[in-house]
Amino acid sequence: MVKRKAKVDVSHCVACGVCQKQCPRGAISIFRGCYSVVDMAKCVGCGICAKVCPADTISIETVEVSNDK
Amino acid sequence: MTNSNNVKIKKPKRKKSWMDYLYIWSIIYFALGFFNILFAWLGLIDFILPLIVAIFAGNKYFCNNLCGRGQLFWFLGNKLKLSRKKKAPKFLSSNWFRYGFLAFFLTMFANMVFQTYLVFSGTDSLRKAIKLFWTFKVPWKWAYNGSIFPDWVAKFGFGFYSLMLTSTLIGLIVMLLFKERTWCSFCPMGTMTQGICKLKAKRKE
Repeated sequence: MVKRKAKVDVSHCVACGVCQKQCPRGAISIFRGCYSVVDMAKCVGCGICAKVCPADTISIETVEVSNDK
Repeated sequence: MTNSNNVKIKKPKRKKSWMDYLYIWSIIYFALGFFNILFAWLGLIDFILPLIVAIFAGNKYFCNNLCGRGQLFWFLGNKLKLSRKKKAPKFLSSNWFRYGFLAFFLTMFANMVFQTYLVFSGTDSLRKAIKLFWTFKVPWKWAYNGSIFPDWVAKFGFGFYSLMLTSTLIGLIVMLLFKERTWCSFCPMGTMTQGICKLKAKRKE
C-alpha cells in the first residue's frame, strides 16, 4: 500500500524543532539535538512540517507501507 | 492549512504552556535596554543557557522550547502573517555558511569584548551609542546616565545590545523575505548547540 510520509534530509536539518512543534500528530522528535526524526507509524503525510521547515529540508514522499498503519 | 491535494487539515489545539509565551521576553529585553543599557547584560542568559543545556543534557531543548527570539519570529511571521513563507535559499542552511556565520559572529563578539577591555583599561572612553550591522552608529545616550558600576560595564551593555539588536534585525529581514524562522537555520547559537550535540551523540555511539 502506498502512503505519503514526511522525509527529513538530515544534511540540512538544523534541529530547530519547528516541525516538532507544528506536527499535529506529535510524530516528530529531535534526536539528541542533531536532527529531526519522523515516526512513520504516526505520520499521515499532511506536509505541515515541510511547509514550516526553515531549512526546507523535509519533503513529502510516497512510500510503500507493508502494514495498514 | 492544506496538503498538496488541497484537503483541509484541521490542526488540533495543543495545550499551551508558559513556555509558549517566551516571545514576550524578547520584547521586554529590547524595551529594557532602550531605557537602561545595563539590562543588556540579561541577554547573556540567552547565550549561556542554550550552551549549558547542550553540554549537560545533550539536546537542543532551548531552541526547541525556550528560545524567545524564535518564538517572536513565529509570532510575527505566522500569527501576524508578516512572513512571505517562501523557501529560503538553500545555502543559508548549508554547513559552510552556518559555520562561517558562527565564526564571523564569534569574531565580532571577541571584538566587542576587546572594546570593553579598552574602556576597562582606560585606553578608550565610553561612548553612548550602539552599532547596528557592525557599521552604523546610532546614538543611544538616553539609556545611560552613570551608575554605581564602572564604565566598562556600560560599554559591554552597549556592545551586547548592538549584537542582540543586529541579529534580531537580520532575523526579522529573513523572516519577512522567507519563512518565519529562517533565522534559526543559521543562528550562531543554534549552530553551536547543534555542533555540541553532534559531538556528544557521536561519543555515545
